[in-house]
Amino acid sequence: MLSKRIIPCLDVRDGKTTKGIKFKENIDIGDPVEMARFYYEEGADEIVFYDITASSDRRDIMIDVVRRVAEEIFIPFSVGGGIRAIEDMRSVLLAGAEKVSVNTEAIKNPKILSDGARDFGSQCIVLGMDVKQVNPSDRIPSGYEMVIHGGRTYTGIDALWWAKEAERLGAGEICLNSIDADGTQEGYELKLTALISENVNIPVIASGGAGNIDHMHDVLTEGKADAALIASIVHYGTYTIREIKENLHARGVKVRRMWD
Amino acid sequence: MIAIIDYKAGNLKSVERALRKLGFACRITHDGEEILHSERIVFPGVGAAGKAIDDLIHLGLDNVLSQAFDAGKPILGICLGAQIILDKSEENNTPCLGLIRGEVKLFPSPLVSAEGERLKIPHMGWNGLNVIRRHPVLEGIMPSDEFYFVHSYYPVPALDQFVIGTTDYGFEFPSTIGYKNLIAMQFHPEKSGVPGLKILKNFCTWDGRIVSAQ
Repeated sequence: MLSKRIIPCLDVRDGKTTKGIKFKENIDIGDPVEMARFYYEEGADEIVFYDITASSDRRDIMIDVVRRVAEEIFIPFSVGGGIRAIEDMRSVLLAGAEKVSVNTEAIKNPKILSDGARDFGSQCIVLGMDVKQVNPSDRIPSGYEMVIHGGRTYTGIDALWWAKEAERLGAGEICLNSIDADGTQEGYELKLTALISENVNIPVIASGGAGNIDHMHDVLTEGKADAALIASIVHYGTYTIREIKENLHARGVKVRRMWD
Repeated sequence: MIAIIDYKAGNLKSVERALRKLGFACRITHDGEEILHSERIVFPGVGAAGKAIDDLIHLGLDNVLSQAFDAGKPILGICLGAQIILDKSEENNTPCLGLIRGEVKLFPSPLVSAEGERLKIPHMGWNGLNVIRRHPVLEGIMPSDEFYFVHSYYPVPALDQFVIGTTDYGFEFPSTIGYKNLIAMQFHPEKSGVPGLKILKNFCTWDGRIVSAQ
């Protein structure tokens, strides 16, 4: 039976992670390659890198990070942030990433999804979605709207429509981030996650709001997510990936365990 | 030297990196002579069966693979490389290489788990491998080990004896198949952590023979 995936997310700026892993001994690792290896050995099922490097002429630093990660870890990893063209996709994939994720760019230019799927295969193309809850209307019947610029700009696009449209265009997976839940550590947006996941045939990674293992359990069961993205709760050493997986396993969630 | 067959079919680099990490010399190549002179062959691939077969034929590699297979050279098929070694694929009704008798089928839809949950297609993520026939390449693989899959089609060999291992996705489908010096898996060993690397390592020291049939 297919396992639910647990995916740590690393934000990278100018080749350094913005949040290092804080161990109980207070050692802070800020090197994305070291962090990726740490999570790989701990049992992460996949790793997401999000490049928040501001200036585009420093993109090469990220490509170098991707290349070094690919030599160290032998599980899939994806890279998002700053992917604006097919050539950006190509350089990230050639450097060794398994997948690329596009978010704002796909809204501005949906063709990047179909072009990417045609050139590299749907399995490489992840659609990142930033979503905010709004009052349902004719324009936004699902009551969830696509937002960009970290939630500051509303696009007038219905999130459910966009998820289905992106699947049709060739996205192979969706990373669904609730802007309302993001950073709260009060739990994932279960209703939104279930709505999207039940209406597409591609996997949905839930993102935003994880504060404890209960939240992860809920989004992987009630929320119908295929995978859960986590950041702070592992970076700050609140839990290890093994603790998360043992706990989920004990509650009947199928996860990949490496220590039987 | 291990030849990784290059026919423009996806991420060959990750296979190369994994083999290098394990300390084995390998080359990504579409040179028929070089492939036939290699010690063993890895035949990876992602994407659609039709295009893959067209590219293989265009490069003359369909014949090269058949020759290498007949010569007893150990061959490892991965993902699409585990599908197009069969006679034909339901994906665009593509005639394939026919190194192993059988066909490639699309997962039935709707697909439902034993627990009654709707299963998505593609089958994407980590899943188990039930080894039903001992094979040198799967030596040391534990029942709890999991592997990374991404696919919508799966191989169905004509004979049960070609099925080496199965995986549960609504039903038990053949996820590792083999015949003589050819072994092929639907999952990606190069992306499957420690057990995946173990499979690659086993393959790199395999002489292409199956000693005990169970």
